[in-house]
Amino acid sequence: MSTATATSRIPHRVKLNLQAIVGRAYPRVIGANREPSWIFFEAILPLLGIAAYVFIYKALATRALGVILTPTPSAPYGMCGPNPCVDAAQQALFQANSIANTNALIATVVLGGAMVAFWLNVLWSMASQLYWEKEIGNLQLYMMAPMSRMALLGGMAIGGMFMTSVRAITTLVVGILVFTVTLQLGNPLLLLGVFFVTLIALYGMGMMLASLYLLWGREAFNLSALLEEPIFFSSGFYFPVGGFARFGTVGGAMLAFATAIPATLGLDAMRQIIVPGSPSLPIPIPWSQGAYLTPDLEFGLLLVLAVMFLFLARYTLAYLEKLARREGRLTSRHQ
Amino acid sequence: MSSAARIHWRSFKWAAWLGWEMDSNWTEPWLFMVYSVIKPIAGAFILVLMYTVFALIGQFRDPDLFSYIYVGNAFFIFVGNTLFGTFQVIQSDREWYQTLRYTYISPISYYTYIVGRAASKVAVAALAVVITLAFGALALGVRFEINLAQLPIFAAAFVLGLFCLVSIGICLAGISFMTAKHTHGLAEGIPGIFYVFCGVLFPLTALPEWAQSVGRGIPLTYWFDLTRRLLLPPNTISTGLGFFNDYEILALLLASSLIFFLMSIGIFKLGEFLARRAGKIDMTTSY
Repeated sequence: MSTATATSRIPHRVKLNLQAIVGRAYPRVIGANREPSWIFFEAILPLLGIAAYVFIYKALATRALGVILTPTPSAPYGMCGPNPCVDAAQQALFQANSIANTNALIATVVLGGAMVAFWLNVLWSMASQLYWEKEIGNLQLYMMAPMSRMALLGGMAIGGMFMTSVRAITTLVVGILVFTVTLQLGNPLLLLGVFFVTLIALYGMGMMLASLYLLWGREAFNLSALLEEPIFFSSGFYFPVGGFARFGTVGGAMLAFATAIPATLGLDAMRQIIVPGSPSLPIPIPWSQGAYLTPDLEFGLLLVLAVMFLFLARYTLAYLEKLARREGRLTSRHQ
Repeated sequence: MSSAARIHWRSFKWAAWLGWEMDSNWTEPWLFMVYSVIKPIAGAFILVLMYTVFALIGQFRDPDLFSYIYVGNAFFIFVGNTLFGTFQVIQSDREWYQTLRYTYISPISYYTYIVGRAASKVAVAALAVVITLAFGALALGVRFEINLAQLPIFAAAFVLGLFCLVSIGICLAGISFMTAKHTHGLAEGIPGIFYVFCGVLFPLTALPEWAQSVGRGIPLTYWFDLTRRLLLPPNTISTGLGFFNDYEILALLLASSLIFFLMSIGIFKLGEFLARRAGKIDMTTSY
């Protein structure tokens, strides 16, 4: 094929891949709307789990405020931390701090609850999807089709993001309204940038896992189930992840592992941007005393993660395709 | 044993075996055990970190509330596993393995079959609960105070709690006949109802009045309250159920469990009937 011919085919290839993206996103967007029961199951019901975490902080805050505001013979102005309050001013300061801290932690839960939707979508509708397609017999059709497999996964990701955004926005709006969370919007551009780069990195990770799950078979599929609570824990979906740093070497190792997952940095950055006041328990930089990861720095790290995961996704897809041709077992079900 | 009971027992036994094989035969038994307990323990760790972070930021420690949260969460493992173990049978057999049509037309009670399929998940949950409680006692300083004389009440409450959970799971299975592939939404959302309204992680009194009333209508509220009363030392937490003694709580649990059992039969039959009429028994919704 001459250079001119190859060049002239570029518009066709671009169009083909764009069509593939739209074609794969379409069933997720339209199919979901044809089955509206998902809104109840995927957007409304999960709010309850988030509410439970909010009420834990509220219950703790109620007890803490009770201790601060209840005078006793040994502490006439209540307790300020482990010691009695010196005077009414200190008591008022502790009360105000307790209320502000509780607001920050509840905001963390609401934000984490919104991002949980994307993580679950990445696990169950991206990472597991190619394996699922194999099980129901679609994979061989995808492999024979002339478009890039990246376009296919890209369409899946866009459709998934759309569906999941409904749940995430519902969580955010209901969380803010029902739990009267106070947020600030000091740097909306950076917030949007962090949010979208986090999504690209997360879905890039999902695209990479999609190929790996297919290679690993049933074992990998169970990995999705395993990557729910442990990742909610390690990535700090419901508490400031910097809290790990208080647990010495183990906590530091946990933080190092967690920062490889885009949700960790994305959540921490968004939390720092939208929660008023100074950041509580940000992620410390180990080699620089007193310094911590700022949203700008986290944005940069997220960009690196996004590029890395997209590259790895492309590499693993190519490997998968090669293996499929060599071993011919790619479409064998229940393996 | 009557012949009907024998048929039910046989269905239960083989369904339980099938459930165990389907859950566990993808790997070595030891790896499966590790896999089965990591999730719930990570769930417990989330709460530990939430409490720790609150304590660090607010300079406030509350061991009573921490023990309350920890034990509630440990027993909540049964809720997630049992509910998921029951209602996911419909969706996994229908959408994933596409075998529901064959099992459904076989001469067994499909209700019993689902209960059997859930049994392996209940067994795995029991192991995870024991490990979580032991970890709490040994590593996190959760204090337990168990009176041997109260063991029969604990055993009765435990059996009733599981019975009630299976009944609720069957209700959801009945609804699943009619819904699309929403296993994960259900798995996450329905336990969320109990998480919020049953005083699992925080006392009922932390909820608004109307929500406390909802909680008092759910049998699991009594199960969690009684379990904590029997396992933890007396504490300063006002649960909103303090005016009931242990036997009254047990009686409430028994009554509400029976109501849910009858509801499970009704909802399951209704879901089955509607799905058959709409031709949805073996539908797939794989978008």
